[in-house]
Amino acid sequence: MFPYEKYLRLDKFPHIWCTGCGCGIIMKAMLRAIEHSKIPKDSIALVSGIGCSSRTPGYVDFNTLHTTHGRAIAFATGLKLAKPELKIIVVSGDGDATAIGGNHFIHAARRNIDMTVIIYNNYIYGMTGGQASPTTPLGKKASTAPYGSIEPTFDISGLAIAAGATFVARSTCYHAVQIDKFIQKGLLKKGFSLIEVLSPCPIYYARPNREGTSVDMLRWYKENSIPIEVARKMSDTEKERKIITGILHNIERAEFCEEYRKLVKRVSKN
Amino acid sequence: MIVARTGNEAMAEAMRQINPDVVAAYPITPATEVVQLFSKFVHDGLVDTEFVPVESEHSACSACCGAAAAGARVMTSTASQGLALMHEILFIASGLRLPIVICLVNRSLSSPINIHCDHSDTLASRDAGWLQIYTENVQEAYDTTIQLVKIAEQALLPGIVSTDAFIISHGMERVELLDDKEVPKFLGERKVEYSLLDVDNPITIGCLDLQDYFYEHKRSEIDAMDHVLPIIEKVQKEFGDKFGRYYPIVDEYKMDDAEVAIMAMGSTGGTAKVAVERMREKGKKVGLIRCRVYRPFPEKAMLKALTKVKVLGIMDRSDTLSTLGGHLYNDARSILYESSTRPLMKNYIYGLGGRDISIEEIETIYEELFNIKKSGKVDKNIVYFGVRGE
Repeated sequence: MFPYEKYLRLDKFPHIWCTGCGCGIIMKAMLRAIEHSKIPKDSIALVSGIGCSSRTPGYVDFNTLHTTHGRAIAFATGLKLAKPELKIIVVSGDGDATAIGGNHFIHAARRNIDMTVIIYNNYIYGMTGGQASPTTPLGKKASTAPYGSIEPTFDISGLAIAAGATFVARSTCYHAVQIDKFIQKGLLKKGFSLIEVLSPCPIYYARPNREGTSVDMLRWYKENSIPIEVARKMSDTEKERKIITGILHNIERAEFCEEYRKLVKRVSKN
Repeated sequence: MIVARTGNEAMAEAMRQINPDVVAAYPITPATEVVQLFSKFVHDGLVDTEFVPVESEHSACSACCGAAAAGARVMTSTASQGLALMHEILFIASGLRLPIVICLVNRSLSSPINIHCDHSDTLASRDAGWLQIYTENVQEAYDTTIQLVKIAEQALLPGIVSTDAFIISHGMERVELLDDKEVPKFLGERKVEYSLLDVDNPITIGCLDLQDYFYEHKRSEIDAMDHVLPIIEKVQKEFGDKFGRYYPIVDEYKMDDAEVAIMAMGSTGGTAKVAVERMREKGKKVGLIRCRVYRPFPEKAMLKALTKVKVLGIMDRSDTLSTLGGHLYNDARSILYESSTRPLMKNYIYGLGGRDISIEEIETIYEELFNIKKSGKVDKNIVYFGVRGE
């Protein structure tokens, strides 16, 4: 049995997540990744913004900071520069990271600042009752899109790669074992790492879109996920509406905090 | 029509009847429902509104400004952090004299994160040049939403209708709705002298204004605030004459023979009215001053009310974090400076982050005010009522 208790603030339970929500699956995967990467618990700072995913820091026993909507990465940037020795994890959602906080997300990736950002992508604003987010698929219903969304979506992983992230991986809540491997790799990577995890919202996304229960959504992830290695050999039409999973991007590039320290050294007297 | 509605539902109904040209919004607890219900009206074709779901409150308020500058009638809804994120744009709206109306649900500001009622959000925006009207119940929230659209458009000033989180926003009450046809008739069309949509007469809005004219423009905005009270009174009277519900600038309750009184804003006004009744049953002459119109601060009417009693307890659901107590307390102290009669005053900060305030607790405050009257002195001017460890 994995010692989850070691990392949890059990006095804060029961958690607020709905039955069938994917947040717990991702949180547990994160805890396994931390245990396996052997990073000491107290050297981790976990930062979040606002939304369902952002309740995570209340439940886990690290240095945790729960901030304002969309700004988790901005707070985390200050934290990392002040305490570069800390391992920074940001947990965020599709609305938090790519709508209200989209600017911070792309600029942190551009700077390649050393932090691991885990995005719980459930295609919806769950906390406020199911409004369409930047990842609500075209045609899918939301409380602000009762006849289906007409807005094209953001590909969160693609956005991170384009903006300059050095490690980008995508998984789903069905692939629970894969998530913790990716998070572990992200934690050990020096630079901006993004792990996007598709997460079921059985209440506000599945209900209006008649996508069944959380189990049905997990089954959908299972049947529609294609590993990147396979996807590379497929045509665009074959890949349409499929979830491409795996390590999508892994390169080396100068990391911001190190460059900053070099600059300070260069311009300081003596 | 008499119906049962929550504050959010009633404000959404008011918005449906107002039928604004543009609504731009972003979800935030506990105000989400207002625009969410409204978006359903849009999709069901019950209104002609362009509904714009944007990616943050900053964008929502910006989109509202653009639409209002084009000459549209514009509304939105938000709370707490949402209003705080709009802060920069609040000044753009008032400076450009764009009569946008926000249906606001009062929720405490982070940090710590909390979703329940206090007035710290709107009071942090009190100097943004927006009209602010605080309501006591669902009916007043509904009526004021309609009134404020007319007031704002006549004064060319934006305005906020304030409702207490959950107590009003989610509390269901008996509400009398106006006839759908009556609301547009009451409001009329928005008349715009200059607008961005008038392509035959192109204009520039919001451009750089340095030492040469900035001050004059700002002065004219201050002047608009100086002259808005008669407009509010006129619209409230017109509303009353037409629909039978009259609202005052300052809501005085049993003040004429009161010996001591409490001053408060929002839903606490309703709770305090019951406390007044109970105290009076015990033969104690107490009264209540409910501040309805908070911006502009109605100096004359307020001074008249404040000086009716010997002892005043001022209840603030906010603190200025300045060591000087709450917002109402500071406003009251300020206007009393020139007055020849000044009551003894005590400031009760209460209910931050949604901590409940009961009728019994307000009765204990009244009892304390009588003790002050008897002793003739106030031991401690600012107290934090109902907080642990005090």
